Amino acid sequence: MVSEPILRRTALFDAHRALGAKIVPFGGFEMPVQYAGILAEHDAVRKRAGLFDLSHMAQFELRGENVGAWADALTVNNVETMKPWQARYNIFSNENGGAHDDVIFYRLPDRWLLVVNAGNADKMWAHVNAQRASDVTLTNYHGQRALIAIQGPRSVDILQSFVDVELAPMKYYTCAEATIGGVRGVIARTGYTGEDGFELFVEGDAATPLWDAILAAGRAHGLEPAGLGARDVLRLEAGMPLYGHEMTEEIGPIQAGLGWAVKFAKPAFRGKAALEAQAADAALPKIVGLVLEGRVPARAGYRVFDDGIDVGEIRSGSLGPSVGKNIATGLISPGAATIGSNVSVEIRGTRHDATVVELPFYKRPKV
Amino acid sequence: MAQPTGLLYSKEHEWVKMDGDVATVGITEYAQNSLGDIVYVELPRVGAELQQFGNIGVIESVKAVSDIYTPVGGEVVEVNGELEADPALVNREPFGTGWLFKVKLADVTQNQNLLTPEKYDELVASV
Repeated sequence: MVSEPILRRTALFDAHRALGAKIVPFGGFEMPVQYAGILAEHDAVRKRAGLFDLSHMAQFELRGENVGAWADALTVNNVETMKPWQARYNIFSNENGGAHDDVIFYRLPDRWLLVVNAGNADKMWAHVNAQRASDVTLTNYHGQRALIAIQGPRSVDILQSFVDVELAPMKYYTCAEATIGGVRGVIARTGYTGEDGFELFVEGDAATPLWDAILAAGRAHGLEPAGLGARDVLRLEAGMPLYGHEMTEEIGPIQAGLGWAVKFAKPAFRGKAALEAQAADAALPKIVGLVLEGRVPARAGYRVFDDGIDVGEIRSGSLGPSVGKNIATGLISPGAATIGSNVSVEIRGTRHDATVVELPFYKRPKV
Repeated sequence: MAQPTGLLYSKEHEWVKMDGDVATVGITEYAQNSLGDIVYVELPRVGAELQQFGNIGVIESVKAVSDIYTPVGGEVVEVNGELEADPALVNREPFGTGWLFKVKLADVTQNQNLLTPEKYDELVASV
């Protein structure tokens, strides 16, 4: 008899249920996929603000003099060069130039936070422990510390009264230690929606009072709870990769179009030789953006054709409400991947026209 | 949740409204709520012959593609053309303007395979 995997719950599970959320399994947790509806929540984040529970993502804490050098050997971006209060996107690479995970490092004066994808939490914990140096201490707070994100143009206005740091001057991809709703935690100006916003790291037992208070105060600004469904549409429009789709153990940062994050100037790092070879390979398929004609959405796994020749496959696809069309990412042969190229996507036996476009599909208006 | 009366239902959460030997088919309130925001509906062509409980089209929400299983067999005599421009009609009025298609039944006794409002209510309450 096959037993169901045991799903975990975040500290905010009861709060989600009280809000009428639709709950689905995701990354080993029972998570809210939507509350009022994906389109309404997407609209709230683009125009006002949305509140997300991201406590399913794993938080590792790294301590020791040599964390920077150690992490530099395992990842493609620079870690050691980060200054305290900086946050930086990074990728743990494998020997073949693929990706174990894409992550964010947050540097604090006495420690580092590493946030990894929920679905990769166990794999990544095993990986960093297998590679651990004697002078690096690792602690896993997965499921114990909460992560709440507020995203959208009204984020500063809604959040300011809850924190003892001035939010407006905080730069994108920086972090601070702060009192957040009366408890100590870390606040970072990061996100996964293409909007301004903040991510709040607090102990799990502080999460529900904080969530309830921000939501209550934010309602007057149009703040809505937002689920993983809206988050996926928002990140796709913003051209941000989702592990398992645009990046996998087989699809690494060069193919994903994240060459900017690969620092070949670093003396040595895992997968460097393979990534150098990929960067020099003009025939390597790449992730591109596709905008579809018509109303039929493209979905992951559908084939892409150029003049009748199969040139690759869709990796993510959805209606893009801010674009007003169906959008997708595809892993496409370079010959068909030129911006402006016309291709077609096969959907249930019918070919639908699409155009290769530059990512992202959506950029927030400059203030 | 009491189900509208005067209709028959399928285990796949479709409803059927009979008018002589023509059945109008749609999805239920429970189904539209489970799917979420509907962005595309693919229906059979007028004239197509459908087998009862066959997979005859898809409904796509923002997140996912779901198959439509027809609760009745017969010839398609009309499809709801409004859904092409406004698929969210299925969310807003699943029992009304969000209907999907009409079938001229080959055999009206097939309705015995469908659920009464009371039986369908029990099904929804049990999931």
